[in-house]
This record gives sequence, structure tokens and C-alpha cells, in this order.
Amino acid sequence: MATTADTFQAHAEDHHHDADHKPSFFARWFMSTNHKDIGTLYLIFAIIAGIVGGAFSGMMRMELAEPGIQYLHTFATWFGAENPSMDEALHTWNVLITAHGLIMVFFMVMPAIIGGFGNWFVPIMIGAPDMAFPRMNNISFWLTVAGFLSLLMSAFMPGGTGTGAGVGWTVYAPLSTSGSVGPAMDFAIFSLHLAGAGSILGATNFITTIFNMRAPGMTLHKMPLFVWSVLVTAFLLLLALPVLAAAITMLLTDRNFGTTFFDPSGGGDPVLYQHLFWFFGHPEVYIMILPGFGIVSQIIATFSRKPVFGYLGMAYAMVAIGVVGFIVWAHHMYTVGLDVNTKMYFTAATMVIAVPTGIKIFSWIATMWGGSIELKSPMVWAIGFIFLFTVGGVTGVYLSNGGIDNYVHDTYFVVAHFHYVLSLGAVTALFAGFYYWFPKMSGKMHSEVLAHLHFWVFFIGVNLIFFPQHFLGLQGMPRRYPDYPEAFAQWNEISSLGYEITVVSIAIWFVNIAYAFIAGKKAEGNYWGEGATTLEWTLSSPPPFHQFETLPVIEDKGHH
Amino acid sequence: MAGAKNHDYHILDPDIWPLIGAFSGLIFTTGMVFFMHEMSGWPIILGLGIAGLIATFFGWFSKIVNEAQTGYHTPVVQLHMRYGMILFIASEVMFFVGWFWAFFDFALFPAPIEQDGDFWVNLVGQEGAAALAKFPPEGIHVLDAFDLPLLNTLILLCSGTTVTWAHHSLIHGDRDGLKKGLWLTVALGVLFTSIQAYEYMHAPFAFGTNTYGSAFYMATGFHGFHVLVGTIFLIVCLRRAYLGHFTPKQHFGFEAAAWYWHFVDVVWLFLFVAIYVWGGWGAEIH
Repeated sequence: MATTADTFQAHAEDHHHDADHKPSFFARWFMSTNHKDIGTLYLIFAIIAGIVGGAFSGMMRMELAEPGIQYLHTFATWFGAENPSMDEALHTWNVLITAHGLIMVFFMVMPAIIGGFGNWFVPIMIGAPDMAFPRMNNISFWLTVAGFLSLLMSAFMPGGTGTGAGVGWTVYAPLSTSGSVGPAMDFAIFSLHLAGAGSILGATNFITTIFNMRAPGMTLHKMPLFVWSVLVTAFLLLLALPVLAAAITMLLTDRNFGTTFFDPSGGGDPVLYQHLFWFFGHPEVYIMILPGFGIVSQIIATFSRKPVFGYLGMAYAMVAIGVVGFIVWAHHMYTVGLDVNTKMYFTAATMVIAVPTGIKIFSWIATMWGGSIELKSPMVWAIGFIFLFTVGGVTGVYLSNGGIDNYVHDTYFVVAHFHYVLSLGAVTALFAGFYYWFPKMSGKMHSEVLAHLHFWVFFIGVNLIFFPQHFLGLQGMPRRYPDYPEAFAQWNEISSLGYEITVVSIAIWFVNIAYAFIAGKKAEGNYWGEGATTLEWTLSSPPPFHQFETLPVIEDKGHH
Repeated sequence: MAGAKNHDYHILDPDIWPLIGAFSGLIFTTGMVFFMHEMSGWPIILGLGIAGLIATFFGWFSKIVNEAQTGYHTPVVQLHMRYGMILFIASEVMFFVGWFWAFFDFALFPAPIEQDGDFWVNLVGQEGAAALAKFPPEGIHVLDAFDLPLLNTLILLCSGTTVTWAHHSLIHGDRDGLKKGLWLTVALGVLFTSIQAYEYMHAPFAFGTNTYGSAFYMATGFHGFHVLVGTIFLIVCLRRAYLGHFTPKQHFGFEAAAWYWHFVDVVWLFLFVAIYVWGGWGAEIH
């Protein structure tokens, strides 16, 4: 990015006193209208939600470590059941997978990557003093918290067979309608309404900010790729979430007011729910990964000391992924009895997405090619992202084929695929972004040694969890079951071992954060050196409470 | 704050309404769950949630109006609001896409009894299966599209012209025309809602029991709710017109209300054509 970094630094420090006047504690954190503080709140919230969601996956890996039902009765008592029957214990399994999925998608990845990093760095990267709607920004955050609380409440409410909503994150009817009597399901549905409303408002805010608050000279084609990624993501949120809202409202009225949207006895169709859900759900998976693409693009360019290769291609590849993402939804539904021609269309359309995605992968590699690469912690995470996401992407092409999907649909192969793109892809991008920007946000340097250690332990751990799941899936182990035949025991044991290693890596991460706050060196404005060229590096670390009181001017230097 | 501010953006002071609003939302949804499951205390929780939401809308929008009146809404901030409103309406359009999707699914692909006859006969019996093979299902008497629904169409189209009259009066500094146009628009909105309520009360088919009632009431019901919101929006504008808030140059609050009103109008046109006229074609009329 071409900026007036050097001249601007002086300005930022001139106004430091006025700009750093912070409100009192309660006003600052509960009534915030400051994009950086709201970003921090989002990140803290996402870490808390991630611990809860991660604990649920721990409970699942415990149960799956060996064949038979070991722990589910105990877990059922944690949610309030007394002397749980086998049915209640099995219901608890469904609650675990539901809560894990919903929490990780709506309350961990999205708040962290869009709410957290998006809020922190989109305004700064375009040279804006704040978001377009600072007050609405805050209700986006608190609605996310409200949604999370509603989901937690649901876990302790009667759900029919047992306590909590046990339907899977896709909330398919009729399991979520006639199959789950009791208020738990309604609390879970409303949790999505609340979080969804927050996300729609947030999307409106990001689009307006990016279109309307770019500093003089910051044309759309000069915007950092992270900003592009959030722009595309925001459009996906804006247009996909309302359809989910309609679908889950139909669930509510089917459950409570006698409508028959998904009930065949009144002419309704459960497959309609799947169409509506996946019309949202497929854009949703891009919502989770696109900002990660943006973060990785910034990092690869910074630590290769080169502008990103094929900037425009990179930006429009994301636009293409976003657009095509809206017309591929039924590839999640190959086994519901779709017409062969329909499957052919969705297979072909889905495979098309591999093209812009491939453009991105190859452009990252081309950016590194011939660059003077520095293997600082964010770069290591970013390279790890490219590898892990490519593994998940390749199995994605595999699964896009309706013929193949018939054989591995709803098996652990699918579980492995989407965890490679999400918990290994999106989450690795999150950690890359975290190490890239943590000193900028906190003003303290983390330990590079611990960050590298965190990466390698995490990398080994998550691959141990998920790579064997490809084999389990191909051997026919179905997803969403707490028990399995002896034949699957070996890979499941390894998978659970991987979980333990991953927990260790997360502990290293926390130690690193603690280290930074206790003993970390003070971070300079641009601690990554001359490779880091976007506007956040022209500011102090942490930036003043209100940055860019005088807007920066971006000069045209004739390259991206 | 922001002493050295050297740009036209609006840097806001901390505000309590987002926190109150979000948690009122949670209390409201919790109250809804309690209501739907007839759990004790639901009127209190639901009432508290609704009160909190109303207070939030009132408090929040009062602040925005206040800020507009005290000069915080520079041209760029007004542009933000234009973008915000357009995007909000875009998301609303997608919300209605969901309901139309359900409707067209039912209308174009009624229960495929020729394919899985046994399934349907076992589920709802021979007669029931035959009824569900059509849309609207056999035995449903639909509303005559060219009776009150056509009148409602004319009422909404007419209200689209009166709100435009109000807008032009405002631009040309004719405050009297602004008020008259708005009064008429609000009156037409209330008339539309009243006629809808009358139709609902006299409709020959139930809310539940089959896809026709489900799709009809939920799609037109959500539209009706949006008419209500739009009417309240216009009433607020009317009040602000009396207070002299709008100038020929700066009146985005009014424009947003008008945009919203046109959006509601267009949704109705689609509902009228798709559900009332096309969707009821060939069915017995009430």
C-alpha cells in the first residue's frame, strides 16, 4: 500500500493528548462507541466462547476415545438430569454437537474474525477515525452476547428427550420441530435470531464504513486485501442471514403456532428447510473463511517484503467466491433425493469455486516466491494456513461431486473436510492475525519462541485430530454418533490424543498472552519493519483512543 | 472528547442504549419462549422485554434526532445514513425472499402423491393426500383477490403518491403540503392495516393446518408488521414536521421513512400478484 506513513506518524503523536482521553471504566466497556474497544470486547468474548465450545469438543473426544458409552451419563447430570436414562445420555451427545457447532460458528469464529479484527483494523486500514455507526457497532456486540446467553440457557432447559437442544448446528426439521418438544429448542432458535440481528447490523456498518470513510486517495483498488475480504463478507452476511431468520422463524411457528412449513401432514416439506438453511449456510462458511484470506494476504506480503502478487486478482477472486457462494447451496443436500440434473448443476457450480480459490492459493505462493521471507510467528501461522486450508479445499472439490458425496455424505470424511477449512483454516488464520496484531492492540510484544512453539504443537495436535477422520469417514463411520464398532477404535483413539495435544497448544497461547502483559517488551509503532505497509503501522502501539483526527492522505505511487 | 477533531465524521460519546437494547431483546425472546410454553411469569418477562425495546427505540432515535438538530449530521454522516438505510432495506428484501421461497415451493411443487402415494395415504389418508396434491389444497376457499386485496393495493399505491407529494412539498418549502401529504399517508396506512385485520378475522382458512394458511398468513403477516412499523416511522416524521425539524436541504429522517414506505409497498405488490392473484387462481373463492 502506498501511504504517507512517515509524515503521518508525526501528526498522530501531536494529537496524542486530546485523542487519548478515555471514558470511565463502565462507560468505556459497557457503553462503548469506540471501534477498537468494541473490537477488544469481541476478541475477549470470542476467547470465552471458544473455551466453552472447545470444552464441548473435549467432552466429545473423551466419549469417542474408545467404543461404548463411557461419560455421557455423567455429562447429562451436568446439564441437570438426575439418574439419566440411556436416551437422555444419548440426547446429551446431540446437545454437545449442537452447542459445539453453534458456538464455534456464531460465537467464536465470527465474533473474532469480523467483530474483533474487522472492527479493530478495517477503519484503521482505510484511514478512518472510527466505524460509520459507532453506537450500532456496540449493539452488534451486545446482541452477540445476548445470543450466546440464550444458547447457554437452552442447554439447561427441557428439550424433549433430555435437557438441552440436540439437533445439530443445522437445526434440521422435523427433529427441530416435532422431534424436540420443550423450550430448549426455542431458546436455541432465538439465540440465532439475536446473534443474526447483531451480524446484520454489523454488516451494514462495515459496508457503509468501507464505501464511505476511506481516506483521501484510498481508492477501492488501493484498499488492503483484509478490507476487501471484510467487505465481501459483510455483503454475504447482509444477504444470507435474513433468509436464515425467515427459516428459523418458520421453525418457531411450526413448533408453537401450528403452521406446517416443514410438516408433510399439512403439505409442508422438511427439505424446504434444508434449502433455506443452506442458502444461508453456504455463504456462512465463506463468511468464516474470507476474512482469514484477508489476514493471510496481509501477513504473507508483510513477511515476504513484497506487495501481494496479483492484487486485483486476489480482490476479485474473493468477490467471485462470494457471488458463486450464493448459488451452490444444494451440494449440502445431495442425498435428500434431488433430481440428477439438479445434482449435476450443483456439482459443476461448486467445482467452479475451486478456480478463484486456486487463484488465491497460487497468488500467496507467488507472493512468497523471490521475496525476502522472514519466518516470524504470524508468517509461520499463515504458511500453516495455506497448507491446512489446501488440504480442506482439496477434499472440498472431492465432496462437491454429487456421485462421490453419496458414499461419504454424513461420514467423518465430511467432518474432517470442514474442520480442515474451519478449525484448521479459519482458526489458524485467527492465530496468524492474533500474533500479527496482538502487539499493535496491546502495546506489548509476545514471545516469538512461545508463538512458534504454540504453532508447532497446535499443528501436530489438530492434524492428529482430523487427518485420521478422513480414514474413518472413508471406512464408513457416520458423524453425530457417540458410539462405534471396534473397527474404528484405533483412529478414534489417535484423534482424541490429538485433542489433548491441541489443548496444550492453547495453554501455551495463554502463557504467551500472560507473558506479554507481564514481561513483554513495549511494542513500537511498526514492529514488523518495512514489509508492513498498511496504515495501522503508521500509528503507535496501541493506537491513540481516536486515531486519524487529521485524515491521512494516500499518495498514488502507481502500484498496489 | 475528540478535541483536535479535524474531519467531518461523527465521533460519538459512550451510550447506554445499545446495552439496554440488546438485553431487552434477550428478555423479549425469553418471554416469548415462556409464553409459547405457557411457563409461569411469561407476561412479566415478555412485557419487560417489549417495554425495554420500545424504550430503546424511543431513547436511541431521540438521540439521533437531537444530534441531527444540533449539527452533528454533516453531509458525510448523512451519506452514511443513506447507505445504512439502503442496506437495511436490502436485508429486509432477503427476509421476504425466504417467505416467498416457501410460498413458491408449496405452490409450484405440491405434495408429490403420484410419486410416493403410499407415504401420503398413510400420513393423511386417501382424501387428505388428494387434497394436498393441489395448491391451494383442495377444500381451501381463498380470498377474492379483486375484492378487498385489490382495494388495499390501490390504497398502498395511493399512499405512495401522497408520501411523494409530502416530499415534493418539503423540497419546495411548502410546509403545509408536507403535513397534509403525511397526514394522508398515515391515514392510508392505518386504513390498509384495518382492512387487513378485517380480512384476517373473516378469512375462510386457518393459520395452521396446511401450507396455504402457513405461507399466506406468515408472508402477509410480516408485511402487515412492516406496514405498522412504516406507519409509526411516518407518524414520527409528522411530529417532526410540526416541530419544524425538516429543511428543504436536510430531511433524511423523512426520506428514510419514505424509502421504507415504498419498500413495503413493493413487497405488497409482489404479495398481491403472487399470493392473492396467482396463488388463488382456480381455487374456490370465499
